Amino acid sequence: MSKPIYLDYSATTPCDPRVAEKLCQYLTMDGEFGNPASRSHPYGWNAEAAVERAREQVASLICANPREIVWTSGATESNNLAIKGAAHFYKKRGNHIVTVKTEHKAVLDTCRQLEREGFEVTYLDPEANGLVDLGKLDAAMRPETILVSIMHVNNEIGVIQDIAAIGKLARSKNIIFHCDAAQSAGKIDIDVDAMHVDLMSLSAHKVYGPKGIGVLYVRRKPRIRLQAQIHGGGHERGMRSGTLAVHQIVGMGEAFRIAKEEMATEAERLRGLRDRLLDGLEDIEEVYINGDLDHRVPGNLNISFNYVEGESLIMALKNLAVSSGSACTSASLEPSYVLRALGRSDELAHSSIRFTMGRFTTEEDVDHAIELVKAKIDKLRQLSPLWDMYKEGIDLDNVQWAAH
Amino acid sequence: MTFTYLDHNATTPLLPVVKEAMAPYWQGVTGNPSSMHRSGRMARAAVEQARDQVAELVGAHASQVVFTSGGTEANNLALKGMAGYHPAGLLLVGATEHASVQETAVALSHRGWLLEKTVVENRGRVLLAQTQSTLAQAPAMVSVMWANNETGVIEDIPALAEWAQAQGAVMHSDAVQAAGKVEIDFAGSGVQLMSVSAHKLGGPKGVGALIVDKSLTLEPLLHGGGHEKGYRSGTENVAGIVGFGVAAMAAQQHLQTEGRRLRTLRQQLERGLLAVTGIEVVAQDAERLPNTVCFIIPGVDAEMLVNKLDRAGFAVSSGSACGSHKAVGSSVLAAMGYAPDMAQAALRVSLGQGNTEQDIERFLTALAAQLQQLMPGNRRSLA
Repeated sequence: MSKPIYLDYSATTPCDPRVAEKLCQYLTMDGEFGNPASRSHPYGWNAEAAVERAREQVASLICANPREIVWTSGATESNNLAIKGAAHFYKKRGNHIVTVKTEHKAVLDTCRQLEREGFEVTYLDPEANGLVDLGKLDAAMRPETILVSIMHVNNEIGVIQDIAAIGKLARSKNIIFHCDAAQSAGKIDIDVDAMHVDLMSLSAHKVYGPKGIGVLYVRRKPRIRLQAQIHGGGHERGMRSGTLAVHQIVGMGEAFRIAKEEMATEAERLRGLRDRLLDGLEDIEEVYINGDLDHRVPGNLNISFNYVEGESLIMALKNLAVSSGSACTSASLEPSYVLRALGRSDELAHSSIRFTMGRFTTEEDVDHAIELVKAKIDKLRQLSPLWDMYKEGIDLDNVQWAAH
Repeated sequence: MTFTYLDHNATTPLLPVVKEAMAPYWQGVTGNPSSMHRSGRMARAAVEQARDQVAELVGAHASQVVFTSGGTEANNLALKGMAGYHPAGLLLVGATEHASVQETAVALSHRGWLLEKTVVENRGRVLLAQTQSTLAQAPAMVSVMWANNETGVIEDIPALAEWAQAQGAVMHSDAVQAAGKVEIDFAGSGVQLMSVSAHKLGGPKGVGALIVDKSLTLEPLLHGGGHEKGYRSGTENVAGIVGFGVAAMAAQQHLQTEGRRLRTLRQQLERGLLAVTGIEVVAQDAERLPNTVCFIIPGVDAEMLVNKLDRAGFAVSSGSACGSHKAVGSSVLAAMGYAPDMAQAALRVSLGQGNTEQDIERFLTALAAQLQQLMPGNRRSLA
């Protein structure tokens, strides 16, 4: 059986072969395997030098200073450290946090935890296109607001928030601004200074690097302080203790170096593929694009196929590796909370598919996907009584269903 | 010049078999284990197989294994996770614990926990009766390491766990240095929480585990997505976890033979060291890890000697990689009753897979040469 076509690059990406080659040099006796905290021999020094080189590579992609880069085990930890770390450190200044309903679970669940600890959190509704209204954000900010956490690019619908404007607004009110950029890094330009970002979460495995490594950018001027969440040994200037995973750090550095170099041409190519996919699927009846198409990363398309049941669609598309919603919530059969927050009905939210393309996606992959989706949608709708009713012109929203 | 690595308690090189097992997960698509499609399910299966392997090494059930980013996170999760569901009480930690337990305990003391340290004898082991007599109240939580990273001294964990249970306390043990070096039976030990790390036993950095008894509920350290049964959110480090599993399996397979081999090398080293007047092997007659020797050369600045040995091609250390005890010397030795000048004269040699008899001989010769330079007046012979 041939491998399914991988169109789930927002869930995770394969390691770029160049990254794999690099990181494999930092593992075994014939490579550099030292503990960067070992101060007394070259095994340690060489490991530390590799870590610092990678720090520069990551900093460079987001226009930051290497000394503002804190290594973590991934974006989930970065989000936890940013939000809890800032909330705990600045709790005397205030107890209110603003975020958005379409954030990743790592942000939302962390905010819920802070609510249990006594903080107040405002969860903003995005507009129907997935974007945050600046006026509504402004109105949600209070004198006791200490932190705003808004993602750069949404993991499900790929929409790009106006981070520079949000950052400017937060800065003008002396509110710390955290931005989860796990889905934007390596896809679109990031400049932490121009965007007035104070804290930014990054992940390697969404950018063709290894899983299990991420970064929290922590601004130095004006200085942002955090309460550490993992103690012991005082690594990473006390903000995150634990032996540094050198090979993974080297892998993330190399992945970010490649991303910076190839981002512009790759974005162009992915936009072409996305438009090709969109062209191919658009003429199916009763399809709805989720999220703004203009303010969106190139490789993402999220579509709802009305009158088709989501899980059976995923099953029917088993030769495509796609998802309905994010990987981190895909085990649940609940409709996507992101699409619900956009105001989509349960039915449309349930029948959505996220296609995310990346570095190794080809035109043939896209053409094959189009063909497959068209055939399967057709087949599923033939089996659907709702589709028949719709075709007969029955207004399904006003049908009185008999209770069993 | 050949370099000889004698610092395996700081970190170990990856075993070739582990690298081989991990490589496929950096080539081609490795799915997100939370994804429902085939590449996601394959990644999930790989994670679950590794969970079995790690459980097997430490005598636990796979369902008790919570993967973390390493030993430090596991120690943090153990103590803070318990504290999250417990009213603040007395927290008793070993006097010679790793920084990740000590500093986490201090963080809890800012949240209302009363922090006490165990009383230890001069070989580093806990003196239970003396410790108990210093406590103002029964402990709610006890954390004592299975084996010490600097001295290799092995604690009688089952006895401590039994005592902790009788006190109504939850028992945690940091087994980062013990796992893979000596036999560990989590189920039979009476311990409820236990930390392990991959890169100390031939696996990769960036992955570890907390073994959690099913009777406990922990508050997670990391929220978001509910991975690892809600105890630890975040996309699983699939390659790292696979590497941990294979390293654990390899360690288990060779536990007896490698343990005997390293013990023989250690004895060879200690014979050579003790032939020199004045050198003391720390906790010489205590039960210790087969690979670890901590020794004191009175009157020598260990930090300087370590640097000289490095230039001669030998990587050793003057304490733990994670401690920053430059001026004061090892806190472990201080807790064992050594004066600061003795603690600052201590070196650690920790052996591992690649080391041979010849390495030990060459090391002893190099050490003798260095000591000759440092103290030309003294006649020293290192056999």
